[in-house]
Formats: sequence, C-alpha cells, structure tokens
Amino acid sequence: MIATHYVYWLLFALMMIGLYVVISHGNMLKKLIGLSLFQVGVFLFFISLGKVDGGSAPIVSEDVETYSHPLPQVLILTAIVVGVATLAVGLALAVRIFESYGTVEEDQVLLRDADDREQDGGAS
Amino acid sequence: MTAHLPVLQVLVPLVCAPFCVLLRSRTAAWLLFLFAALASLTCAVLLAVRVGGDGAQRYEMGGWPAPAGIEFVVGAFNTPVLLVVSAVAVVVAVYSRRSVTSEVDARRVPLLYTCLCLTLAGLLGLTVTGDVFNAFVFLEISSLSTYALVAMGRHRRALLASFRYLVIGTVGATFLLIGIGLAYAVTGTLNMSDLARRVADLGDDGGGNRALYAAVVFVFVGLAVKIAVFPLHAWLPGAYAQAPSAIGAFLSATSTKVAIYVFCRFAFTVFGTTLVFGTMPIDRIGLALACLAMVAGSAVACFQTDLKYLLAWSSIAQIGYILAGISLATTAGVSAGYLHVINHAVLKAALFCAAGLLVLRLGSARFTALAGLGRRMPWTFAAVVIAGLGLVGVPPTAGFASKWALLTALVDQGQWAVVAAVLASSLLAMVYIGRIVEVAWFREPAEPGTGPTASKAPASMVAAIWVLVLASVYFGLDATWPAGLADAAADALLANGGE
Repeated sequence: MIATHYVYWLLFALMMIGLYVVISHGNMLKKLIGLSLFQVGVFLFFISLGKVDGGSAPIVSEDVETYSHPLPQVLILTAIVVGVATLAVGLALAVRIFESYGTVEEDQVLLRDADDREQDGGAS
Repeated sequence: MTAHLPVLQVLVPLVCAPFCVLLRSRTAAWLLFLFAALASLTCAVLLAVRVGGDGAQRYEMGGWPAPAGIEFVVGAFNTPVLLVVSAVAVVVAVYSRRSVTSEVDARRVPLLYTCLCLTLAGLLGLTVTGDVFNAFVFLEISSLSTYALVAMGRHRRALLASFRYLVIGTVGATFLLIGIGLAYAVTGTLNMSDLARRVADLGDDGGGNRALYAAVVFVFVGLAVKIAVFPLHAWLPGAYAQAPSAIGAFLSATSTKVAIYVFCRFAFTVFGTTLVFGTMPIDRIGLALACLAMVAGSAVACFQTDLKYLLAWSSIAQIGYILAGISLATTAGVSAGYLHVINHAVLKAALFCAAGLLVLRLGSARFTALAGLGRRMPWTFAAVVIAGLGLVGVPPTAGFASKWALLTALVDQGQWAVVAAVLASSLLAMVYIGRIVEVAWFREPAEPGTGPTASKAPASMVAAIWVLVLASVYFGLDATWPAGLADAAADALLANGGE
C-alpha cells in the first residue's frame, strides 16, 4: 500500500507540513510560506494523478504511443495562477500591516491593538 | 441574446471591473458597479422566469459540449441565490455612494468598486457553474477580491482581519481543491451532472470507495470554512465588522449564502443524498455544529459592545439555523434553509446598512457612541429594531416565517434537541436586540457634545435601509413568493439532480 502509493504519502506529508507551519507560526511571512507549501503539495497531487506509467509528456509526436493525462496539468496551471495571486495579496497585506503596526508578528500586532482599545476606552 | 443570459449574468460585472480601474473616477466606477448590479438582476429575473416556464437552462461555454466543456446550469435550485445576490448588490450599490466616500480614501474608491464588481462576478459565477473546478476558480475570484475589500476598512485592525480571513479562507479553498482532485481521481470527470452519474454508478454507498469518502469530507470541511460553520467561524466577526460598512452589508448578505448553496449543490446533486447524509454522518455532524453555532453565536453576541460585532456574531448563529435545515436532508428542511437564506440576507443587509449610517453620523457604532440616541435618530433605530425583531423571529417579520418552517421540519423529524437549541438561540437573540433598545432609549447620552454630526442622513442610504426593512416585513406578512422559490429549490435538489 505504502510502496505502490508512495507519491501520495509524500505529497500528503508535504501538505500537512505546510498546514502545520500555518497553524504553529505567529509570523505572517512564515504563515504565507506554509500556505504556499500546502498549495504546492496539492498541485503536485493533481499532477501525479495524471501520470500514466511509461507515458510521455502530452505533446503529439509520431513515435510516442502513450501520453500522460494532460487535463490535470492544465487545471493546475490555473490553480498556480490562483496561488500566486493569493500569495501576492497576502504579501501586500503583510506589507501594509508592517507599515501600520511596525511588526508582522501576530501576537505583537494583537498587543498593539489591545493598547489602542484601552486608549479608546479611556477617551470615551 | 436570451440564450446567453447565464453567461451575461457573470460576464457583465467581470468586464466592468477593469473599466473601474482604468477610468479612475469615483462617479464612473460607481455608475459601472450600479450598471453591473442592475444588469445581473435583470438577467437573474429573466432567468427565473424562464426556469419557471421550461425548467433548467444549460449554457455551453464557447460551444464546447459538456462534459468536456464547461457548462453553466441555471435551475430552480440556484435562481433564489442569483436573485438574492444580485438584488442585494443593487441595494448596496445605491447605499454605497455616500457611505463609501465617507469611510474610504478618495483615491481608493475606484479600486473598491473594481473589487466589488469582481466579488459579484465571482459569487454569481460560483452559483451558476456546472463544473467543479470552475467552481473553485470562481470561489477564489470572489475570495481574493473580498480580502482586498475587507482591508479597505477605516481602522488598521481591518488589515489584520483581512490577513486572517486570507489565511483561513485559502486553507478552506485548498481543502475544496483536494476534495475535487480526489473526486476527479475516482470518476475521471469534472462536470457536476457527469460526476453525479458516475458516483451513482459506483453504488448506493459509493461502492465503499475510500477516496470518494475522503473527497466528501474535504469538500465539506473546505466549504464549512467559507460558510463560517461554528468552529471554523473565527474569520467572520473581524472581516464583517472591520470592512467598510457597505462592504460588510454586501458580504453578510451574500458570501456565506453562496457558500451554503455550493455545499447543497455538492451534497445533493454531485455526491448524492444517500452517500453524504446516509452512508457518511454529515447530517449528524451538521446538526450538532448547527446547535453549537446557534447557542454560542447568540450568546457571544450578547456580550459585544459594538453594533457591527454584535451583528456579525448573530450571523454565525443565523448560519446555524440554515445549516440545521439543510442537514435534515428532507424537502421541508432544505426549503426552510433556503427560505432563511433569503430572509436572513435581507434582514442582515438592512442591519449592517443601518449600522453604516450610524458610523457615518456618529463616527462609530460602539454602544458608548449610540447611548441615548433613540429619540434623536428615531427612524434609523426603528429600522434597527424592526430588522432585529426579524432576527429574533417575532411574527409578523420575515424571520418568523423561516423559523416556523424550520421548526416544523425539525419536529417532523423528531429532532427535539435541535428544536431546543433554536428556541434557546431565539431567546438569546431577544437579549441582544434588547440590549440595543436599552442602549438607544434608556441610557443617558455619554456627553452632551456627542450626537449626530452630519446634519441629515443621506437620502440614498435611508432609502436603501428602508427598502430592505420593508422587504423583510413584506416577506413576513406574505411569504408565498420566497417560500415558493425555496420549495421549488428544495424539490429540485432532492429530486436527484433536479436537472
């Protein structure tokens, strides 16, 4: 079971490493790195689904008989674009957060927010 | 032209989005969004009429026949969602003109409308698509633009809310993608009706295929994040409360509702009712989480000191009602769920719009700022209380109609524990709406200097609020129209595909 499906075991391990980084780290950049790792694991999973034993790249040629399935690769091309866009939005937010809070550590940001709220409470 | 309605519905807002950026003018961007929303509403109404007349409409994208090509399907099961999303978009468009100018930096206003157009296109696309991978792409279009919209809030806390939403939302969407991948590995197709056929061929319980079971779980968990089902709700209060008021109103009425619809579409018409709610315990899990959401959401709402946060927590409880109806997997239950989708969208949009008006005139929606203003701003607070009573479910408001339908469906199935949770949650809703009344009428104003700053409430905002409030009262008095839509949707979903 493990031997024949070792690719899936590896890829799901990669996904879980990514997810664990997202959960365990308070640093926003590290969270985004974990998120990317998680997504890359999923992309590789899709592509490995389309691999045919002994199949060549799905480019039509006269001396090739078997091709790997091209559809998952095309799907993942789209998903990669989505992943890049997500990372870009995430990084842009991290930059804005650094500009207004001076830190990208989540607990520090929360502390500074709590200070804000105390000042609000004192003023009203 | 009319044959292209399903795609025009999505295409008009999508094409308007880049023009909003290019024109760089606030008025032009607003007019474009208003135009996109009106066009979508027109398409939705025309489609609803056609679906009522001759059944589900299918549109083959680019003329490529399904299952190889992507198809859009409009049937009785998604017309209510299309109508709600596009109608709320029109009302929010009218409302947003003044609200957005007062809350968002002038240079960012065209960008805000760009994102709003993209969100609308994404949500409508997610609703009409008949292809599972296409659903993922539309989900991400709407989510990414939503993150940007939330980040445009007035306080720097909006940035943190947006970042958290981005992280958890992306994890949810990626879970959905894993589920789609597993389902594709089992069946070899991405078209929803084709998938349904091939899953049914595997046998009643999915032929004991564990990859298919994993697919159902991944899809359910992924969508549960987007629906904000109770333990996965953490992103919601910050995102709704910190976003600009018009955006909060739009999102609260549409984004979770569309996610709920997508869950229904997957559960009933892709994986099949027997597999999801029979072989797998999604019904029991759904009911248990719904009970937790109803009680916990309403209880936390009682302790909020900011009107917007209170409304956001109440949304989590109201989502519990909808989830409970759908998890019953009976016609009456799903119909009650759909009815509450419609009614809650109208009520919550009205309340968030009213909160936005308070922010405009008082600078904040915190209870300290609202204290004792019930007499000085009677109309705004009257709107809040009428819509608030709708959330509690007092007859004759819209909330009563859907809650009654839900209770009947629950009693039919003998789910007494859930009935108790619904009643407990309604009592707690009474408490938090009561707190608003207490703050507005029975507390002394904090300082004599505080009070409404702008001399008059903008007519467009007041009109938007009262249109929604009156619609909610009308749906309470005469529920035939929304109930008819909800019944047709439930019948179509449970009639195994309804296509």
